[in-house]
Amino acid sequence: MRPLALLLLILPLACLAAGHELLQLFVTAPYLELHTGPGRGFPVTQVVARGDSVDVLFRRTDWFKVRTERGVEGWASERDLGNTTLADGSPFIFEHGDRNGFRSHRWEGGILAGDYAGATLVEGFLARSLTDNLKVELQVGQFLGDLSNGYVADLGLNHVFMPEWRFSPFVTLGTGLEHTEPKATLVVPLNRTYQTAYAGIGARFYLTRRLFMRAEYRNHTVFTKSDSNEVKPEWKVGFAFFY
Amino acid sequence: MESRIRVLLLAAVATLTSACASLHWPFHRHGQPASAAAGQTADEAADASAAAADAAAPPTVIEPQVERRKIKVPKIRSHNIELGAYFGELSIESYTAAPLTGLKFDYHITEDFFFEASAGRATAGKTSYETLGGNVQLLTDAERRFTYYNLSLGYNFLPGEVFLGRNLAMTSGFYLLGGMGSTKFEGDQKFTVNFGAGFQVLPTDWLAIHIEAQDLVFKSDFLGTNRLRNNLAANLGASVFF
Repeated sequence: MRPLALLLLILPLACLAAGHELLQLFVTAPYLELHTGPGRGFPVTQVVARGDSVDVLFRRTDWFKVRTERGVEGWASERDLGNTTLADGSPFIFEHGDRNGFRSHRWEGGILAGDYAGATLVEGFLARSLTDNLKVELQVGQFLGDLSNGYVADLGLNHVFMPEWRFSPFVTLGTGLEHTEPKATLVVPLNRTYQTAYAGIGARFYLTRRLFMRAEYRNHTVFTKSDSNEVKPEWKVGFAFFY
Repeated sequence: MESRIRVLLLAAVATLTSACASLHWPFHRHGQPASAAAGQTADEAADASAAAADAAAPPTVIEPQVERRKIKVPKIRSHNIELGAYFGELSIESYTAAPLTGLKFDYHITEDFFFEASAGRATAGKTSYETLGGNVQLLTDAERRFTYYNLSLGYNFLPGEVFLGRNLAMTSGFYLLGGMGSTKFEGDQKFTVNFGAGFQVLPTDWLAIHIEAQDLVFKSDFLGTNRLRNNLAANLGASVFF
């Protein structure tokens, strides 16, 4: 019942999205194709002639929902809208996902899976670029092992050496928390939370549009309450996007 | 006598008239014959004066003091985020099938790929051992709750349209999902791999109805041997694009 209530709550929010100033674009190519849906596989059912204009309603990934002067709506690809101009005659330029975007972007996020000191690790991450090379990143994950389960959260800096390369290596350094819940079958099942510090190396590989792969190895030092600190190796690989 | 006076007067008038013509009266235009000014329209006169000015001075470039109109480019809204809920049935291996409810969050990166975070819950029934054994109870009520989350990568394929009657066409498509996450069940957390496929129909641009089947696989030794257990979920859901 609760999800249904939530759905009813968010439905009106989507309706609020209507009613704001729209961007008007003028077609300079011989014609502009309009698809029935936001994808290259959807059929073309309308075309807009050169010189006519369209209003851009909204965007979904690389596709733009537009309305023609005659009130017909359809989806135009970002590539086709490259052949349009604004009302003052300047070309319409849209920042889209490509190698330039891979080099220089504001945010990235993704999912990673790997191994955390023998336990299986599932992790999500979010990073904010300070420069093309330097990022601040937050990773939150859960590890599931034979002897214990737990959570890790890391906050640190990530330095990408050659952000313009398709395959770009990086180093990372930071601090975090590790919460461990030993399995109940062990003798003293005590939950514990310790601070950690880590250093790591990794690489990013650009796949397509806004998508890239990421793999890394980290060495965690866990500041335990016992006499010696624990060192936990971690490796992980996953998919990420930027925008 | 009279004719002599008349001739004298006429001569005086003629002299005065010629004298008047040679004088520069303040209401006359300077340098312009009175006859010419009388015969021209105002425009022609202006042209003539401009031509005279051109001839007199070298041409000067006029700098227009007009501000160029700046066009404010409205921001294009992006609707790449999808939030939804689903209801279905989860067939938990070694237990009976149980009703499933869940929430999902999607972020569409390209027309082909999207990320999905999903979480769901079902409450398992009894194992056959418990059913046959009479008063045996292997799990507490809390341990019987099957709660999972997963992070997946999705791929859209076979885009198309479905037609309802003569006048209504809705975009549709299939998608594949694969990912990993965790399941809390039988008093333990287990690493879980999920994979599946779905079909979705979009009645409007902001609403999607989807039907989906997934397998949630984890390894567990709770029921004797350590083995992979497959839990099949089938669900029907709705989601909204933001």
